[in-house]
Formats: sequence, C-alpha cells, structure tokens
Amino acid sequence: MSNDAALKEPFESLDRQRLSAALGMWIFLASEVLFFGGMFLGMTIYRQIHPDAIMEAARETNVLFGSINTALLLISSVTMVLADKAAEKGLKSAVLAFLAATAALGLCFLVLKGFEYREDIHEHLVPGPDFKLHTPAAQLFFGFYWIMTGVHAVHLTIAIVAVSTYFVRIWRGGFPFEGSAALPVLGLYWHLVDIIWIFLYPLLYLGGRT
Amino acid sequence: MTDAAAIRSAEAKEPPSYLKAGRTVASWLTTTDHKRIALLYFGSITFFFFIGGAAATLIRLELISPEGRFFTNDGYNRLFTLHGVIMVWFFLVPSIPTTFGNFLLPLMVGAKDVAFPRLNLMSWYLNMAGGLLVLACLILGGVDTGWTFYTPFSSMFSNGYVVLAAAAVFVAGFSTIATGVNFIVTVHVLRAPGMTWFRLPLFVWTQYATAAVIVLATPVLAISLLLLMAERLFGLPIFDPAHGGDPVLFQHLFWFYSHPAVYIMVLPAFGVISEIVTCFSRRRIFGYTAMIWAILGIAVIGFFVWGHHMFVAGMSPFAALVFSFLSFVVAVPSAIKVFNWTFTLYRGQIYFEAPMIYALGFIGLFTTGGLSGLFTASLPIDVHVTDSYFVVAHFHYIMVGGSVSAFFGALHFWWPKITGRLAPDRWARFSAILMYFGFNFTFFPQFVMGYLGMNRRYHHYAPEFQIYHVTSSAGAAILAAAYLLPMGYLTWSLFYGRKAGDNPWGATGLEWQTTSPPPRENFVEQPRVDEGPYLYHPDQVAPFEEAPERRQQHDPQGKSDPTRAGMEE
Amino acid sequence: MTAQTRSRTDRAELWRLSRGSLVIGVALMALLALTLVFAYVPMGAWNAPVSYAIAAAKALLVAAFFMKLKSSPALLTLAALAGLFWLATLFALSLTDYPFRQAGERITAPVPSRIGTESPL
Ligand SMILES: [Cu+2]
Repeated sequence: MSNDAALKEPFESLDRQRLSAALGMWIFLASEVLFFGGMFLGMTIYRQIHPDAIMEAARETNVLFGSINTALLLISSVTMVLADKAAEKGLKSAVLAFLAATAALGLCFLVLKGFEYREDIHEHLVPGPDFKLHTPAAQLFFGFYWIMTGVHAVHLTIAIVAVSTYFVRIWRGGFPFEGSAALPVLGLYWHLVDIIWIFLYPLLYLGGRT
Repeated sequence: MTDAAAIRSAEAKEPPSYLKAGRTVASWLTTTDHKRIALLYFGSITFFFFIGGAAATLIRLELISPEGRFFTNDGYNRLFTLHGVIMVWFFLVPSIPTTFGNFLLPLMVGAKDVAFPRLNLMSWYLNMAGGLLVLACLILGGVDTGWTFYTPFSSMFSNGYVVLAAAAVFVAGFSTIATGVNFIVTVHVLRAPGMTWFRLPLFVWTQYATAAVIVLATPVLAISLLLLMAERLFGLPIFDPAHGGDPVLFQHLFWFYSHPAVYIMVLPAFGVISEIVTCFSRRRIFGYTAMIWAILGIAVIGFFVWGHHMFVAGMSPFAALVFSFLSFVVAVPSAIKVFNWTFTLYRGQIYFEAPMIYALGFIGLFTTGGLSGLFTASLPIDVHVTDSYFVVAHFHYIMVGGSVSAFFGALHFWWPKITGRLAPDRWARFSAILMYFGFNFTFFPQFVMGYLGMNRRYHHYAPEFQIYHVTSSAGAAILAAAYLLPMGYLTWSLFYGRKAGDNPWGATGLEWQTTSPPPRENFVEQPRVDEGPYLYHPDQVAPFEEAPERRQQHDPQGKSDPTRAGMEE
Repeated sequence: MTAQTRSRTDRAELWRLSRGSLVIGVALMALLALTLVFAYVPMGAWNAPVSYAIAAAKALLVAAFFMKLKSSPALLTLAALAGLFWLATLFALSLTDYPFRQAGERITAPVPSRIGTESPL
C-alpha cells in the first residue's frame, strides 16, 4: 500500500518515478561538478604559474583537522548508504538510526571546520594587509581556500537540513519511505558533497608537506 | 499521427480547459500545471522585455547626437549594462524554453506534465527572486560594468551595485538549471508509447539540447560570479593582478558559459522555425536526421569556442588559433540547418501567414548574423572589429533578428493553442513585416559604422558616424512599434478573436490533437504514436511531382472549411 | 512472530545488507591513510599526481557502490560522464592558453613590497 502513496503525478509507475528522480539528481550533480570545477581550474592554473608560493601557502593549513574531517565525511557516506538500504527493506528503526548518525557526522564536520576557521583567523591566514606570508601569490591559495571550503560547507549544511527533515518525517510516520525516491536521491547528493571533499583534501591539505 | 478517432469520440465528455481549472489568484500562484507556469513566465518575461526595451530606447535616443546630450558618462554606462543584463538573463535565456518549451514539451511528447511539476513552479519563483534583485539594483542606481562584469574593474574599481546584479544573475541561473533538469528528464522518461527518439518533433530535440547546454554551462557562470562577489565583498584575491592573479581567468570562466548561452538563446528558435516552416510549406522537413545531428553538434561544439571573445585579451596565440578554428567548425551545423529549411521550402506550397513571415524573416536575419559571425571568428578581422559596432550588430542579428523573431513567430503559431483564439492575421502579418524592416534599419548601419571604426559603449562619437546612428535610431522607433502592436491585437483577440479549432493550421504534432486550449491533463486519453513527424504528404511524393491534391490540406484559419463557419463569433 | 524474534531477524538482515558497504568504507579509510602517508614521502613532482590518483580511486568507489552507478541503468552513468566530459573540456581548452602565453602576456610573481605601496591607506 505504501508504494501507491509514494506515486505522484505525472507518473504511472513507481519504477519510472524513481528512475526520473535519480536521473534528475544525476543531471544536477553533473551541474555541481562544473560549479566546483571552475574553482579547481583556477587553483590548477595558479599552481602552475606560482608553484612555490602556492606550496608555501598549502603548508599552512591544518592537516589534522583536514584528515579527521575527511574521515568523518567518509563514514557519514557509509551510514547514508545504510539508511538507504534499510529503507528498501522497510526497517524503520534502522533507517532512523542511520539517518541520525549521518546528520550527526555532518554536524561534527561543521563544528570541527568552525574550530579550524578560528585557528586560521588567529594565525592571520585571511588574505589582507596583515596576511601571515609575505609572498603575494600565497594569498591566492587562501582566497580559494576560504571560498572553496565555504561553498562546500554551505552544500553540507543543505544536506544536513535535508537529512534531518526526512528523519523527522519518517519518525512521525506516514511517510512512505520504502517506495519513495527521496532517500536514494538525497543519498546521491550527500555522496557528491563527500566526493567534492575527497578532492578538496589533497588540494588544500596535502600539498607541500614534504 | 495518433489514434485521433479515440480522442474525437471522447470529446463528448470534454473536460474544462486548463484556463478554467481554477480562477483564483492563488490557483495560479500555486499551480503545478506546466501550461499555467508557462503563462506565469510569459508575464515575467514580457515585463522584463519592456524594461530592457525601454533602456534600449533611451540608448538610441542618446546616440542621435554625437555629443551625448541626456546622460552623464556614468549614466550611459549604467544604461547599456542594464539593457544587456536584463535582455540576456531575464528575457533571452529564459524566453522560449520557459514559455513555449514549458507549454509544449509535455504536449509534444504526449505526457501529462513535466517530470517534476513542483520544481517547475519553484523555478518560476527563483526567476522572480532574481528579477526582484535586478529591479532593486536598478532602483538603487544600477551597475556600470557592462553585462560581462569583467574583472578587475567589477571586483575592485566599479562604484555600481555589482554584487546585487551578480546575485540576481546567480539566482536566475538556478531557475534555468531547474528548468533544464526538468526538460531532460521529461524527454527521457515521459514520452508517450510509440514516441521514439526519432519520431520527436525537432522542437523537442532543440529543447532537449538547450536543456543540456543550460545544465552544463550555467554552473560555470555561477562560479565565476561567486568568485567575483567574494573578491568584491571580502577582498579575497582571486583575479587580482597585484597578487599574481589573472583577470583573464574570469573571462575564461565567464565565456565558458556565455558563448554556449548564445545557443541557449538560439537553439529553441531553431526548433520553432522547423515547426513553422514545415507547416506553412506543407512539406516534410528536409533531412530530419541531419537536423538532429546538427542540433546536437551545435550543443556540443558550442562549448569549444568560447575563446573567440578573448582574442585581444592577452590569450596565448596557440589558444587563439585553436578557438578560431573551432569557431569556424561550429558554423557548419548552423549552415546545415539553414540549408535544410530552404530545401524544405523547395516545391512546397508556401502560405504567407504571420508565423511563416516571422520564420522567413528569421532565416534571412539569422543567416546575416551567422555570416558576420564568421568574420569575427577570423583572427585578423576580429582584431579590427573587436569592441566595435560590427560586433554589436552581429550579435543583435543572432539574438534579436534570430531569437526574438522566432519568439514572435512561435507566439503567433501557438497562440490559438494557448488561448483558443485566433489572432487577426492581417495585423499580425503587418507587424511581422514591420519588424523585419525595422530591425534591418536599426542594425544594418551598425555593421557599416562598426567596420569604419565606431566603438561600442561610447556615447560621444566622431560626427561622421552621426548619419548611421540617426538611421539606426529611426529604425529602432519602427522596431518598437512592431513589438508594441502585437500587445494590442493579441489582447484584442483574447476577447474578440475567432475561436480556433483544435488544429487551425492543419499542422502535425500531438499538441494539435487535443483541444484548444488543452485540458488540465493535456489529453483525454493517453496518445499513442505510430508514425514519424511532419507527415504533410506521403513519403517521396512532393519533391518529384506537383501533387497538391495528395498533400494534407492546409486550412488557413478555417476559411476554406464551410463546417467551421459556425465557429465564427 | 514475537517482537523479539522479529528484531533478531531484522538485525540479521541488516547485517547482511550492510556488509558490502562496510567493506567499501574500510577500503576508503585505508586509502585515506595511504594518501596521508604519501603526502610526507618526498617524491618530487610525483606527490601531487599520487594524491589525486588516490582521491580519484576514492571517488570511484563512492560513485560505483554508494551512488550505485554499478547497478543502475547506463543512462545515469551517462549523466555522470557528461559532467566529467565537460569538466575536461573546460580544463583542456583553458590549458591551451596559460602554458603558451607570450612573454609580455605571462603572469609573473609580483614583488612583495608593491602591495604595501599600492594601498590607499
Ligand atoms: Cu561566442
């Protein structure tokens, strides 16, 4: 019965509806890849033009925060996938537990990122007149550092809000989570946010460590 | 084309049209019906077209005299920036996809609605939010960077409301991405039984290709604007040469979107023209498959040519060569399309009704614009004409002569389907011809003066160019009249126009098989398709022999059909 | 079926469902450790390619298994590849420019003192 509740206009079968939702999300993700791609292009070019200055700046980020955060996001992707799998089998309490864990891991990431930002500000790593490093091009790296991590954090915040919303709706009952395309699609978005961080990690934290 | 008899028989219990499915304002503002959302978009787009048009009028007024009488330098900069920003992002980019695309795509593929109806509504609200931001920017005082927002002027020196304008474009970009996602999924998933990919009308193919370009190009515009806003607001050195940054990087990102954006504006126009030319020459489209490959080729190669906007920006000579070569390559599929429309006319039975006149005007103007594009793709000539009125004329021929003509052609062609009423054809033909002449009066002199050295974006100019500017401004007055006239007679036709039947032009295509205006669910019964598109005559007949009797009847507004006489008011 | 037995079968089913994903998760953590270690191994010009190759491997795991590309219709993979293809276009054509700039147009590293003198304050 719950499957019929998930079916919406203009679709006539649940399979088509789920395929559409997944396809729509994948197209949007392709769009997101190009959105972040523009910033990766900028960094690639500047790194090629000013290799020494960029590496000098890359050494200044806190690799401990970066690595822990990477681990948190990778684990959150696992819990997200488990929530989706549990939903397919209709295991409500497991879905709720995994969604809660996913949102919590995402929140931990943001909190740690906040601490890291505080430290960065404290160390004068914000581009401007009293920037820590004296090579002008080093500021280019931190220009991108702030905007890339900031935009990523915005994406993650949206994902956390969405996960929490679905948590509440499933918890209250009446939400046909077994047949709904919502959870798998939300999972796709969550994993993309994870993948972007997977590439930000070597770009921002691993350069110039040797 | 479909099981028309089944639809006919069901007409007895005809459901109310989408226009009558709810009459309150709230029923419009919360609708998820693609047809109503199309009309909401019509409203917003018309509004911005007239704001952008008002700016254009002021520009042409200012340029009548060489000494810049009415505006300060700064005021003039803000004026042409406003004209560009509004016309590009709030009229041209959304124009055909969000109105005719929204209205017709589900009808043409035989679906009840687009794949994500609520996302479709959200897209309109995002567009409105962007529109409000751009209006706020206009009221506060505007921007002076030109529509291209080039750094470092925009990020460090401009004293206009750059962030507000960039944010407006950013938000409007999200709205078009939502529409693009919706269209792609709709075409993939919601085609009616039997509606294979190679039975789709070319209008659907162009919407599909446009949606793909939107989805893949717009995010890069978004990120270039976001980086620009970050540099301006927070002083992050992204494109700042003093820190070793490269302002040309902004141009790379900006034009990665903005060249394909030309195809976002003109591909849907190609679709409209293909529908109109076949219908009013009673001929199958010449080279249907070639047309599809040309559409897809334009959509893909259109991404490889953006550097032709940057030949004098300090790019490497190697990049300039590559981009120049690829820009010539992208002209090939466009030329294929023009040739195929012309071949479609060959031995057709051409009816010169208003949509057809707009379409023929399109072919002429687009060809002129496209040929002048080859001039600008060629390196040495481009160095000579960069930032001159030659370039201004070139892209106006494509965007105004091309896209806007097609928009008006589509408006007249599908007006009976959308409203259920016929527009007065004599007035419509008059304004179509007026538009063609007004347009050429306005923009042809700009080719000449641009080649002779008149720079764009200046309101003081050498007196020898005045004759061209005066001609151009006089043409603009005619053009303005040609744009205002339809407002009058189309509104009149809503109340007094003759009632249109289901298929007043005798056209093929699923949208003509349902009632005018269509019911909320589009079709009473799920349509089934077992034939290809544009079957205006049996295969292999028309090109080889004159056989008018074997062609499907064209019924120009029901004049020849005595049974329709009762429908007149 | 009592509530207790049901919860036991649920738990068993859950374990069966999650085994595969947990293995991928462990592999991801191993790759993370690997890339962190390699970042401190002096390999000259090879440090960056290695770290990005490992990132690509991680992304591939996430896309193929967590995002289910491996078991989805090819259409979805096509959408993903479209994103990558156009990203490659953006990079490839932009890189016809920068490495081939003429001497006068090349971006050079500015001198540190210039910034202080340019400030209006
Ligand atoms: Cu271009």
